[in-house]
Amino acid sequence: MSKGSITAEPPVAAAPPPTAPAGRGRYLTGATFLLPAFVLLGVWLVYPTVYTIIRSFFGANGYLGTFVGIDNYKTLFTTATLVRAIENNAIWVAVVPALVTAIGLIFAVLTERVSWAVAFKTAVFLPMAISAFATGVTWRILYQQDPDIGAINALGRSISSLVSTPGVLHTALPSTPALQTRNGAVVLKAPLQPGRSVKLGLTGIPPQDVPGGAAQAVQPKPRSGAIDGVVWRDFKPGGGKSGVVEKGELGLPGVTVQLRDASGKTRTAKTADDGTFSFDSLPANTTYHASIGAQTFAKPFGGYGWLAPKLITPSLLIAYIWIWAGFAMVVIGAGLAAMPRDVLEAARTDGAGEWQVFRRVTVPLLAPVLSVVFITMIINVLKVFDLVISLAPESSQAHANVIALAMWRTAFGGVNDFGTGSAIAVFLFVLVVPVLALNIRRFKREV
Amino acid sequence: MAAASPAIELPAPRDTAAARILRFVAKAPVHLFLVALGALWLVPTIGLFVTSILPASALANSGWWQIFSHPSLATWSNYDALFHNSGLLSSLKTTAYIAVGNTLLVVIIGSLAGYAFAWLDFPGRDWIFIGVIALLVVPLQMALIPMFKLYDTFGIFDTVISIILFHTAFGLPFAIFLLRNFFVGLPKDILESARIDGASEMVIFLRLILPLGLPAIASLAIFQFLWTWNDLIVALTFGQTVQPITVWIFGQLREFGTSIDVIAPASFISLVVPLCVFFAFQRYFVQGLLAGSVK
Repeated sequence: MSKGSITAEPPVAAAPPPTAPAGRGRYLTGATFLLPAFVLLGVWLVYPTVYTIIRSFFGANGYLGTFVGIDNYKTLFTTATLVRAIENNAIWVAVVPALVTAIGLIFAVLTERVSWAVAFKTAVFLPMAISAFATGVTWRILYQQDPDIGAINALGRSISSLVSTPGVLHTALPSTPALQTRNGAVVLKAPLQPGRSVKLGLTGIPPQDVPGGAAQAVQPKPRSGAIDGVVWRDFKPGGGKSGVVEKGELGLPGVTVQLRDASGKTRTAKTADDGTFSFDSLPANTTYHASIGAQTFAKPFGGYGWLAPKLITPSLLIAYIWIWAGFAMVVIGAGLAAMPRDVLEAARTDGAGEWQVFRRVTVPLLAPVLSVVFITMIINVLKVFDLVISLAPESSQAHANVIALAMWRTAFGGVNDFGTGSAIAVFLFVLVVPVLALNIRRFKREV
Repeated sequence: MAAASPAIELPAPRDTAAARILRFVAKAPVHLFLVALGALWLVPTIGLFVTSILPASALANSGWWQIFSHPSLATWSNYDALFHNSGLLSSLKTTAYIAVGNTLLVVIIGSLAGYAFAWLDFPGRDWIFIGVIALLVVPLQMALIPMFKLYDTFGIFDTVISIILFHTAFGLPFAIFLLRNFFVGLPKDILESARIDGASEMVIFLRLILPLGLPAIASLAIFQFLWTWNDLIVALTFGQTVQPITVWIFGQLREFGTSIDVIAPASFISLVVPLCVFFAFQRYFVQGLLAGSVK
């Protein structure tokens, strides 16, 4: 509901021939009616605009401060967070107006011949009445990273559990330096030759994560022509010695052990209840590498950091589109309702399919309405502020920065640099003017 | 829209029950798609409401959807606590003052000027009007720094009136634009006969223009009310102890996780009033929106 949603298109041509009291009195009457508006517009809009433009060439403090030329503008285009704000706003402008217009068009067309359209339209339009600030709070609840708390990540976890299951030992770590973690797998550093018995000890496994059926771990005796070994929980209550299979330590059943020879050929074996595994009939004089596969240690879905610096801008865009889709839908829907039915019917009678009618007739006829929505959204997006400051946590705000937020933070967010703040405001002004001027030109044409 | 579709389907030879069912089944995917989307659009707001009625202890380890498995967790205690919170109560009062005060001022000043631009004759009228419309391009960010200084100089920083006047000034270009266009379309002969009868301009304005212009004034009033009720940036800049509800909640955001039992219900309270206004005056709201974007 920003005033940016308004475009100037008054039917000035329809102005009636002026009829008013004659003589000097008419100046006086006009002045009385206009005076309050002029005072407010003069003091709150005209004077500030002139002042801010001048102020942008002066230093940080004072009513004017020292003249610094274009230094504030240099600061604007060279300071990392401010450049980031401009880049982010460019993303906003590139993504949001097009998507909002497209979604609005789709919704408007789909609901056109549905009997319960009012209910749908109300649901989609609802966010327009809510403050952008409260929307930020609302979406911040949905975006929480912990899948137990954030609804979107909870959904993500449900979907990911269909595709992959977390590893049985996702918390485990190697117990001795002889083993190391590589690409998620636990690898025995030293190469092996047949006739060896290897110990793959793991720690960091909470009791409830030990697979069922686990029995006392046993280290197999070496056999010639074979590589045997044990995977076990190298820990017992009280500690125990690491790297030694002791009484009270459990074997880890069901773990897949991989053995790769020099040619890259890989064999696998599963561990028994006591943690033992064996690879038989191995040719001698070859070296092997043993490892426990990465799938054993696969972490459960931990949630995406929607509010973290990397994803914060896409998250904001989604919430913003959620707000404005209803606006586009209602405006485009009104355009659709006002469309000449006979043109559509004629096209259908001529044998055009629904898709052809949509593309060749509906969209071209709606073009003026679509462009109004598009331009309105550009202006709104350039001024976006409330949503960013309420949805993005403090730690992500530098990454989520946009021009209006940068302006406010520079001028009032502790730094209180009125020079650079003014320069950012002027920059925003310069961006908004040509977009709105498009509409004002159309308006003047009608005069 | 609804009236147009049966007319299109009339040529169907015989509208049997079977044909109707067939038509419904053919459209079933569209219906399903719309139901899913509509539900999706409601989820965030429902999530906020459910969060607001759960105790903080329940929210520490589980999301709001736990209410579906444990409906007994629901409680009004968060709201109870808030309605005994003097900070929240005074912020609600401040919000109401700002929203109502601004709406009244914009409507009064805007319709006076709109009337002058529509029905009074003075030299350069249309050019001055274009000048006022041109002010629509000024983003409020342009005025934050100068007005901050000016308010400070005149000692009205951190007052309700300073926030109201800022909103009013920035609401005027659109208000004048909307009302002038509506007033221009009012029947000319009524006004002229009133003038011939010797009614003063002020009487014409009060007795004729205001009642006849009510639909446009209602749209404008709703927009202004929602705009100021939902505002954050103006109040955040010019208020310190004067805090409307958005600013008050903003002050709690730093501790988002631990204060969620305050933030969620307070946010919900803040959006109940706009929602009621929206539902009560939906027609005017949409009209205002369309007046602004399409003719």
